[in-house]
Amino acid sequence: MSAPLDRADSRVTHDDSLRGVIRSFIDRIKAGDLGMLPVAVGLIVISVVFSALNPVFLVPNNLVNLLFDCATVGIISLGIVCVLLVGEIDLSVGSISGFASAIVGVFWVGEGWPVLVAIAAALAMGAAVGWIYAQLYNRLGMPSFVATLSGLLALLGMQLYILGPTGSINLPYESALVSFGQTLVMPKTVSHVLGLLPGLVILVQGQRRRLRRGKRNLSVPPLGGLLARAAILTAALQLAIFYLNLGRGLPWMFGLFVLLVVALNYALTRTQWGRSVMAVGGNREAARRAGINVRRIYTSAFILCGTLSALGGTLAAARLASSSQQAGTGDVNLNAIAAAVIGGTSLFGGRGSAYSAILGIIVIQAISSGLTLLNLSSSLRYMITGGVLAIAVIVDSLARRSRISHGRG
Amino acid sequence: MAQEPILSLRGVSKKFGAVSALTDIELDINPGEVVALVGDNGAGKSTLIKVLAGVHQPTSGVIRYEGREVSMESPAAAMRLGIATVYQDLALCENLDVVANLFLGHELSPYALDEEAMEARSWTLLQELAARIPSVREPIASLSGGQRQTVAIARSLITNPRIIMLDEPTAALGVAQTAEVLNLIERVRDKGLGVIMISHNMEDVRAVADRIVVLRLGRNNGVFDRSTSHQDLVAAITGATDNAVTRRMEKLQ
Repeated sequence: MSAPLDRADSRVTHDDSLRGVIRSFIDRIKAGDLGMLPVAVGLIVISVVFSALNPVFLVPNNLVNLLFDCATVGIISLGIVCVLLVGEIDLSVGSISGFASAIVGVFWVGEGWPVLVAIAAALAMGAAVGWIYAQLYNRLGMPSFVATLSGLLALLGMQLYILGPTGSINLPYESALVSFGQTLVMPKTVSHVLGLLPGLVILVQGQRRRLRRGKRNLSVPPLGGLLARAAILTAALQLAIFYLNLGRGLPWMFGLFVLLVVALNYALTRTQWGRSVMAVGGNREAARRAGINVRRIYTSAFILCGTLSALGGTLAAARLASSSQQAGTGDVNLNAIAAAVIGGTSLFGGRGSAYSAILGIIVIQAISSGLTLLNLSSSLRYMITGGVLAIAVIVDSLARRSRISHGRG
Repeated sequence: MAQEPILSLRGVSKKFGAVSALTDIELDINPGEVVALVGDNGAGKSTLIKVLAGVHQPTSGVIRYEGREVSMESPAAAMRLGIATVYQDLALCENLDVVANLFLGHELSPYALDEEAMEARSWTLLQELAARIPSVREPIASLSGGQRQTVAIARSLITNPRIIMLDEPTAALGVAQTAEVLNLIERVRDKGLGVIMISHNMEDVRAVADRIVVLRLGRNNGVFDRSTSHQDLVAAITGATDNAVTRRMEKLQ
């Protein structure tokens, strides 16, 4: 049998052994292809520092609360990932989420609509706002930065307007929506079974890929690596779930967030739409000449971002059991954007993944939870979170410069 | 020649307002033939390429593709016919790998990308072109200029065109890389495709072209073969035997 198609070139070294894998990983990091490394380092530093300052930080129930908080802003951050990948930005995600929470409160509690209809109205609003941004960008050439900045104010105004003079609406505690946002956790066995799924999917997908590569006469990655990855992931997940189950357990809301992340990841990496998104973010003109409908890609990214922000806002309302004038203001915007960037999605477009939302938001919420436990005032919290965002962007810029000088674009 | 041309132009003209960019252009492209399109700045080379790529529509004249009269309303229409264009600024996505760039816009199975089939097809195509790309899973940014040109040419072949048009394929390349791209052009020709190549570099043109079509001020100004002397070519391009280039040459001798 001849050499596999992709191993015919003798100038390129291929080392599939463990040492080779580690060496190529180190080479990639040196060249500025950081991937998930900053997050891993960040999380370790955060856990060590905060648990040293206050042991409550790592108590299971605190982590469960952390996951409840992660889900709301994390879903917004997932929307940010979509627009960042096409090289644009949406600065109004906080206002969209706040307006969505106000819509749910006013129409569900105030007007007595069925809760699902109210949520659907909020999501439709998010999609419509995203569509408007896309039109402003596509037709009028308005930079998304300015369009969404004006959207931020306009939407905040609408939120205040529909909430009226009382300014806040309490959502009924006994409702399904509020318990989904505050208390609903998975039964222990269910959480452990769901925790097996990722490893299983990796195994099945990887084996399918190996068989298909073999059939096409391409080099087949070793089975050992695949098994090791699946085993390590499964062990880590089961351990984490076990630990969380010592407290209240794994929130369903976090499960929904993970499901959305996985779905978006599939769309970005395994569909033509996702490939087009990456292409538009990387080189808009090249994408256009390849026959990609660039305007449609921008429109889909903005609509997705708006809709996910509205969903995040709805869940935030459920989490707080209220729709208020404060919803979506303050640091929601920045946290959502910071999470995406910290997780490894570049501000410059065309580089990143759906998983950056989940990793980034855990970092952000861990910092915020740790600072709350230390009883620091919000003035200090803002300053520290601002500093972390600055560091994340600096890391992104430096890594980009290093990638360019190492010829990895 | 008994062979029927893939593409033939008869009396093609293009006017932009009062300006005649192309006047009564006659051009035939046969399968397995490299036609070089040369001319000074403003001779109409780019306009002609754009007409053939479907970017501009001719004001008058007839374009026949495989004997049928055709009109190309858009770049997509030209691509569907089987006319692929490689622009001077390659237009590759540097953040995507070679496979993704080759299949951009033509991915196999859009809702569950068939990465294995695409990768295998990429390798076969690159091997047919005897291209030297170390890995198709590296981002384009890590490739050299010649390798990028190779990827751009390979990409135009993904859709199985009958004709490919190259706009200044060697302009940005070094000596060795230029030679590689010229080899590549010959291999594309040997696959039976018609190749149209625009170049300012007479050496490159004479190295690969089977016919050299000279445009001057938007008109045909003669068809030459590769044995034509440099002086005659320059004369046809500039429209005079007495010009700056020949005077320099005489001074050197």
